[in-house]
Amino acid sequence: MKKEEVPQDMSALGKITKEVCYATDEKGKYTTQLSNGWDVKITALDKAWEEIEDRVKTARQKVLNEEASPLLFFMEKGLMDIKLLAEYTGFWQWQVKRHLKPEVFKSLSDKRLQKYAEVFNVSVDDLQNMNFNDA
Amino acid sequence: MTLDFNHIQAAHCENGVTTSLLRHAGVQQITEPLAFGIGAGLFFVYIPFFKINNGPVIAFRTLPGLIFNRTCKALDIPVVRKKFYSKEAAEKFLSERLAEGHPVGCQVGVYYLPYFPKEYRFHFNAHNIIVFGTEDGNYQVSDPVMEGTNILSPYELERVRFAKGALAPKGQLYYPKEQKPVTDEQIKRGIISGIKKNARNMLMPGPITGINGIRFTGKRIKKWRDNLGPKEAGLYLAQLVRMQEEIGTGGGGFRYIYGAFLQEAHPYTKQDELLEIAQTFTESGDLWRTAAVHAAGIYKGRLGSQADFNTMGDYLLEVAEIEKKAFTALINIKWH
Repeated sequence: MKKEEVPQDMSALGKITKEVCYATDEKGKYTTQLSNGWDVKITALDKAWEEIEDRVKTARQKVLNEEASPLLFFMEKGLMDIKLLAEYTGFWQWQVKRHLKPEVFKSLSDKRLQKYAEVFNVSVDDLQNMNFNDA
Repeated sequence: MTLDFNHIQAAHCENGVTTSLLRHAGVQQITEPLAFGIGAGLFFVYIPFFKINNGPVIAFRTLPGLIFNRTCKALDIPVVRKKFYSKEAAEKFLSERLAEGHPVGCQVGVYYLPYFPKEYRFHFNAHNIIVFGTEDGNYQVSDPVMEGTNILSPYELERVRFAKGALAPKGQLYYPKEQKPVTDEQIKRGIISGIKKNARNMLMPGPITGINGIRFTGKRIKKWRDNLGPKEAGLYLAQLVRMQEEIGTGGGGFRYIYGAFLQEAHPYTKQDELLEIAQTFTESGDLWRTAAVHAAGIYKGRLGSQADFNTMGDYLLEVAEIEKKAFTALINIKWH
């Protein structure tokens, strides 16, 4: 890749920091060039997030239908699975599985809710009401 | 308390941490390409039947931690590397090293890393940063992929050092044990051993690693459309492109950094063939990127026929031929 061909398409990262790319000068010698991003990888990342948003949407609907507790929504939102959520909270996997049931979730102690809330960076109130501030 | 420490921005986090820590330890010659090459960082692997983030497991570089270890070992610099069971012990050890004047490399997860844009915060636990001081009770952090330095509170740092999941860092930290300058002759020997190791790794006989792995992936891609369906096949290609191009590779799945390494190796080794082989890596990196543009056509929905998947697979088969030629030439060098 030639230095002047390093793409400069503004990405989510580019707004915060430019990234180092290696490219060649007119004599074929390598040098570094900062880049704002590249459309090809911006769309690759968008693609991954579209898929995640789909799963979050499905999870939200399940919670609204009372087929699952709000934990499912936050778990999908947090890109986690039961195993990872268990590791972060310190609960066993079978406990997390139980807590995913709406009726079990409703009976959880404040202490346990607090653990989940911390992992998801939300308040207990938001956790119970499936509120999520994306900012 | 801030140590006398220079933040260096790099393409890749572990290269950058290795470069900064070694410079601090007195190795004036070290650069990102040299660290990457001496550490034999270039690799390829595709692990079928497993998924990560609902996509294929593909890597363009060696396992995390190896570049730092190999580079230090090649340059005869002893390394301290430590994991912790207790968060308190992990923080205490870190504070003591800072008090002694050691900037410290830490393996962290990016999911809770506050200064990363949220689009990049996946559960990826093999990120590397340097902690180089404290300020008002917070830690000063040099993250090599960022242009400037950052601040983390003790809670934020603890959280990323004890991220959970695959490759959990367990508070892992590392640093060169002593300050010591390195001679150009040592650099030269490091370069030669790094090139030999890297060529051996890429030419290894196994089916899913190195050149064979690239070829294998090329053949698999041609079947993705039928086996996975167009939608998931597109997601797979998107993941391939992210592994190849996302923050850290310097472009073209580390192939350009490797080309830069071979050019930088030339004055130390005086082997003229390195300059020519460097160009072959430029060619290979360019072809990886051409393939990425084609893949984007597929996951954007502009392309998508079986013929398009065949073309995509053929790009990788072509890359494999080019890299086979390059690594065979490297392994056959008669070093003087």
